[in-house]
Amino acid sequence: MENILTYMTFIPLAGAVLVLALPNNNHNLIRWVSALATVPPLLLACWLFANFDSSKPGLQFVEKYQWIPAYNISYHMGVDGLSISMVLLTALLCFLCIFASWGIEKAVKGYFALFLLLDAGMMGVFCALDFFLFYIFWEVMLLPMYFLIGIWGGPRREYAAIKFFLYTLFGSVLILLAILALYFSSEPYTFDMTVLIAQADKYGTKTLPIWPFDQWGWGFQHVIWMALFIGFAIKIPAFPFHTWLPDAHVEAPTAISVILAGVLLKMGTYGILRINYPMLPVATADLAYWFLGVLGAWNIIYGALCAMAQKDLKKLVAYSSVSHMGYVMLGMASFTTQGINGAVLQMFNHGTITGMLFLLVGVIYDRAHHRDIEGFGGLAAIMPLYTGVTALAFFASMGLPGLSGFISEVLVLLGTWQKYPVLTILGASGVVLTAGYMLWTIQRVYLGPANEKYLKLPEINGREMFTLVPLGAIVIVVGIYPSVVLDLLRASLDQINQIVLPHLHS
Amino acid sequence: MDLKNLESLSYFWPELILFGTILLISMLDLLMRNGRALAGLAMLGCAASLIATFDLYSAQPGWLFYRMLVLDNFALFFKVFALAALILTIWMSLGSKEIDQVHQGEYYTLLLTCGLGVILMASSSNLLTAYLSLELVSLTSYVLTGFLPHSRRSSEAALKYLIYGGVASGTMIYGMSWIFGMTGSLDYAAIQTALAQNQVSKVALFMAFVFILAGFGYKIVFVPFHMWSPDVYQGAPTPFTAFLSVASNAAGIAIMIRFFFPGVSTMAAGGAWTAVAGVEWPHVLLFVSMITMTVGNLCALNQRNLKRMLAYSGIAHAGYMLMGVAVLSNDGLQAILFYVIVYLIMNLGAFLVVVMIANATGNEDIESYRGLAWRGAVVPAVCLAVFLFSLTGLPPFAGFIGKFFLFAAVLKAGGVFVILAIVAVANSVVSLYYYAKVVKVMFLDFPDPSDKAVAVDRGNVTLLLPLTALTLFFGVYFYPLTYYASQSLRFFIK
Repeated sequence: MENILTYMTFIPLAGAVLVLALPNNNHNLIRWVSALATVPPLLLACWLFANFDSSKPGLQFVEKYQWIPAYNISYHMGVDGLSISMVLLTALLCFLCIFASWGIEKAVKGYFALFLLLDAGMMGVFCALDFFLFYIFWEVMLLPMYFLIGIWGGPRREYAAIKFFLYTLFGSVLILLAILALYFSSEPYTFDMTVLIAQADKYGTKTLPIWPFDQWGWGFQHVIWMALFIGFAIKIPAFPFHTWLPDAHVEAPTAISVILAGVLLKMGTYGILRINYPMLPVATADLAYWFLGVLGAWNIIYGALCAMAQKDLKKLVAYSSVSHMGYVMLGMASFTTQGINGAVLQMFNHGTITGMLFLLVGVIYDRAHHRDIEGFGGLAAIMPLYTGVTALAFFASMGLPGLSGFISEVLVLLGTWQKYPVLTILGASGVVLTAGYMLWTIQRVYLGPANEKYLKLPEINGREMFTLVPLGAIVIVVGIYPSVVLDLLRASLDQINQIVLPHLHS
Repeated sequence: MDLKNLESLSYFWPELILFGTILLISMLDLLMRNGRALAGLAMLGCAASLIATFDLYSAQPGWLFYRMLVLDNFALFFKVFALAALILTIWMSLGSKEIDQVHQGEYYTLLLTCGLGVILMASSSNLLTAYLSLELVSLTSYVLTGFLPHSRRSSEAALKYLIYGGVASGTMIYGMSWIFGMTGSLDYAAIQTALAQNQVSKVALFMAFVFILAGFGYKIVFVPFHMWSPDVYQGAPTPFTAFLSVASNAAGIAIMIRFFFPGVSTMAAGGAWTAVAGVEWPHVLLFVSMITMTVGNLCALNQRNLKRMLAYSGIAHAGYMLMGVAVLSNDGLQAILFYVIVYLIMNLGAFLVVVMIANATGNEDIESYRGLAWRGAVVPAVCLAVFLFSLTGLPPFAGFIGKFFLFAAVLKAGGVFVILAIVAVANSVVSLYYYAKVVKVMFLDFPDPSDKAVAVDRGNVTLLLPLTALTLFFGVYFYPLTYYASQSLRFFIK
């Protein structure tokens, strides 16, 4: 299986081209071809998962070809445990979201072609090991996302789409400047992340010509760290860069919300772990407490409080994402094995759980055509199966033991407790708040007397169950036997952690 | 080599062929009234001239016509550039209804003459030829801008252009006279030696440079010499606007690089240039660059007419290109040459779509693009989106690579230039807003019942698709272009 990562990335792209060549009005053909184009990446991702040697740290399945030798740009792909968990999540969610998009009737061809292009871009981001390539994939995702929200979204789709676009582009150009600055600091000039990581000690002590923060011991590395961090924080989204998220989520069609929450948000934390941590360890050690730890704890509480105040079911889920991504940041900042493994496990779990939540919101929205939490009531009596699945997702989201969310949150809090007890207490109080708004929502939407208006709502159908069951299964399996994922991550994350640890002054 | 008049002629074939074509068209125009045939002839002439240009790559670099012109890779680069722009513009003119109304023989004659001026601007190595060729471009541009009969806007634009142009070139020639007074020569090589030997007053030299920059600035369209551009862009016939947007800019860049780099600076080993000590023109350009891109982008935000918006975007892009000059390094120059080609492709492409839509709807307001993708014009809409995103500088389009190299050159220079880089990336984000606004109107808005379907002309699509493909191709594999740009940075006088 040579070039497996290339296949995973470019088969969806080929699928997009193929979809464009299909006749305009044969919608079912377009849908099935798109679904088929997402199957090989999923199978290949499973194969990767099975064949990855998780006992070894470092990159595997590496592919490297010269691309533009004059500037030392190469086509360099490779994965470690961290990437594989994300690739697996991407492949699975993309496959399922094709089925969740079955109901799209407007410009079907364009939708699926853009969706597959998005798929290719996301795969590329998680596999790329060359900065130039990484940046291209990173930006390639923006365009389809803009159109997918902007054309197929809700009433305020134009506003949401351009807001998402502008925020992300602002972050991207900062990343671009950081990439260029690192490029010119390397010897010889290179975009290769592995080489840049190997030279990490070179960026530490360099002072800057005009810089007021010398007395804090901040230098070149810290500035680059901040530029990258802001770029990634917008994607996470960390407070105060999160305001695009509720808008984008509320307006996006269901499947796109799933992708946004399930995959795109992870790119922020993935980028920090893949790039900031090993490449700029000194700055990471200096800044992680404030910008990941404190901000993470704040994200947890702020997101939960915002979620509690929402009247729109989808917005509630969107703010719960802000809250849950806070655990990832908090765990990352702890630099303990539990914390960092818990953080990445939380990335994976959040992808599956929130994916489920958005799909479930989509199911009810398709039937009732609104998402007002107050406007339902007693759905449990009308749609029992649907309510059951929803309860599973809600409980997983609030971290009920036995389900996957519990494991990752506990690991994060365990890891953080050893370093920052205060932040841990704040983070743990988020669990209570989460339980609060989740249970309150269940009570308002599903329990109580059945709403007369919705007595005729049809039960969840086979296609919708098909998209939910695999995610539900993963939530239960990981909840009972988390080692499936944790074994994959441990060696790779330890390696990243070991680079930063010596620079930590505790 | 340093050739006399008659010897020079055999190295002057591209210009001679172009000149012959111009004469032939103006004569044939009297005999036959077939615009398409004349356009075909003009295109053939350009193609022949292009072949002659490539033939010159094997020739020795040197001076022509008693050091009036210079033949080197840099000059050849702009010859190729101008001829390619001419060919594309003629093709675009063929498919434009606007051009159908005008007297075509004269139109093509003037267009080719303008192109000839661009070519001469890039190869002039003497202040006299620099001035004359710049005026050749200007004069033909004034006429072409006012070429639409019965269009008040067109006439107004031509008059504005004329007045601004007159003032700017007057200022420039005044500056040139200072240079002549201080160094006793008009020849770049002699000026360079004189500056190296004599004790010239730094203040006077600086003032002379600023005056000269006025003339160049009006061609490149940087602030504060940009006022003419929006009106001219909007008023002139669209194919000519397209030509002007890339050629005027490129010619200005060429003449500026020629004068400020091999002319009055010296190159050390490794591609770093040193300006005359104590004359800080690069820092002037640093500020001009920042202001130009900011003004261009901010003014573009609220435009309702697409041509006018592209005019302001052109000003912003002139600002980006100036970054490459301000850093005073070969990296910067190479980035500019790369950007010039990419800008040619994407800007002409965008204007081509403007022509196509104007053919169908008869106007260029952004509003008339409403729901374009849903009105039977998916191909032009998608292509325009590609060009606009490329102008924004998003990967995987060529415009990203262009900006990438400019930013890289600026960051490599380091120091105070880092501020320039930050201003430039912030500007990129701002520019996304107005480019995406057009995309929004085309894709995200749905057509009103009153919006008619847009018929797409096949002839234009055959040009549109290759331009789009090139924008994508150079975004993914740009090495051929960077190589060509680096090879074109060989000046005969250093």
